[in-house]
Amino acid sequence: MDIVRDAFAFLTDGANWAGSSGIPTRLWEHVQMSLIATGLALIVALPVGLAIGHSRKGEFLASSVGNIGRALPSFGVLGLVFPFTLRYLPGSIGFAATLIALFLLAIPPILINTYVGVQGVDEDTLEAARGMGMDWRQVLVTLEVPLALPLIVAGVRNAAVAVVATATLGAVVAWGGLGRFIIDGFATGDHGQILAGAFLVACLAVVTELGIAAMGRALSPRGLEPRSLLPGEDLVLDVGIEAS
Amino acid sequence: MNEPFVRWDWIADHSDQIGTQLLEHIYLTALAIGIGFLIAFPLALIAYRYRRLYAPIAGITGILYTIPSLALFAVLQSYTGLSTTTAEIGLVSYTLLILIRNVVSGLDGVPADVREAARGMGYSPRQILWRVDLPLAAPVIAAGVRIATVTTIGLVTVTALIGKGGLGYFILLGIRGLFPTAALLGSVLSVALAVVVDASLLAIQKALTPWSRTVRARTVS
Repeated sequence: MDIVRDAFAFLTDGANWAGSSGIPTRLWEHVQMSLIATGLALIVALPVGLAIGHSRKGEFLASSVGNIGRALPSFGVLGLVFPFTLRYLPGSIGFAATLIALFLLAIPPILINTYVGVQGVDEDTLEAARGMGMDWRQVLVTLEVPLALPLIVAGVRNAAVAVVATATLGAVVAWGGLGRFIIDGFATGDHGQILAGAFLVACLAVVTELGIAAMGRALSPRGLEPRSLLPGEDLVLDVGIEAS
Repeated sequence: MNEPFVRWDWIADHSDQIGTQLLEHIYLTALAIGIGFLIAFPLALIAYRYRRLYAPIAGITGILYTIPSLALFAVLQSYTGLSTTTAEIGLVSYTLLILIRNVVSGLDGVPADVREAARGMGYSPRQILWRVDLPLAAPVIAAGVRIATVTTIGLVTVTALIGKGGLGYFILLGIRGLFPTAALLGSVLSVALAVVVDASLLAIQKALTPWSRTVRARTVS
């Protein structure tokens, strides 16, 4: 239990809460990086997901992107991008490489959940809306987006949690964030610091998960059954079964 | 860095090591899925039978799933060292949520009237489970195994930081040595492995469960 005591000592030492390598600085770096990466992914994936879901075209492309995205190791992307950012963006010291890896990581969950959510809107409801004279823009804004919102938010939540967790790897390519404590603890054999860093990242991941879930509940239209509220509920691969 | 993008000669020189790391990658993945299934399957049956236990089981494995992989591996190695055990504890804990959810979801999807018919034919609850429920749930369970396997293949690369890693070894080599060839090799082979294994598992599942017809398969992530 010495490691736990060391970690506690690390977290309660005032010196670790000050300066450019203190906990607040590293936490803020981590949060900033996660916000930028998830935000950029949202800007790209949301419109594409809405377009695919609304038009019901390009599904194959989107699901392929999703499946390959799941298989693509962020660690590998990081390793791949790092030498090039070092060459072309030498001032970024790991920032650009980490951002690119996290951006790619965040796209598939947002893209897939958006198009599946929009596509899942009941055909009769759409028919009724069109019968009332709504054009495609009104259908999208007043029907499809609100009804798909719980699933879209779940996608953003999964993306953000994965980004927060994976941003830890940025420390391997000399960027900052909370991963610094883990990697530095590794290098110096300071197990207490490793545990303290892991604890901080895990806390941030849980806060992200709960925060976005709460936001989703607040944004969702009333009367809509909540979907995907348990962690990982959406990891179930939905395969229809026909008994013959 | 006036080197070509990919140093094919370096890859050719290291073909032996590529084979070794690839085998290690497959071994680490297979072990994690095997152990993960042995733990997840009984837990899922318990959660299915005693519904009240489903939320706590899903909650605990959900927390395990949320813990960042690097953090988990780093903390574990403080206790179990730079070993296969460390890698496997981490990898197995990430498979549990996916496997449990798919087993339960598969069993939930078995039509009630099919079960009713089996009961009417005099099947015992145990016979219904093994001869009706599980065969009909097999495609969804297999889908869970596929997702868990693909996820694990990606995660194995991270174990390079605790001295394992399979193909992740090349990725770390690429980062530490600023050598894109090695990083590219590790990433591409790891993705290729995931795609090949995923397709193979799907083919095996289709061959083993001829009674199931996959109507649509989609992943919500």
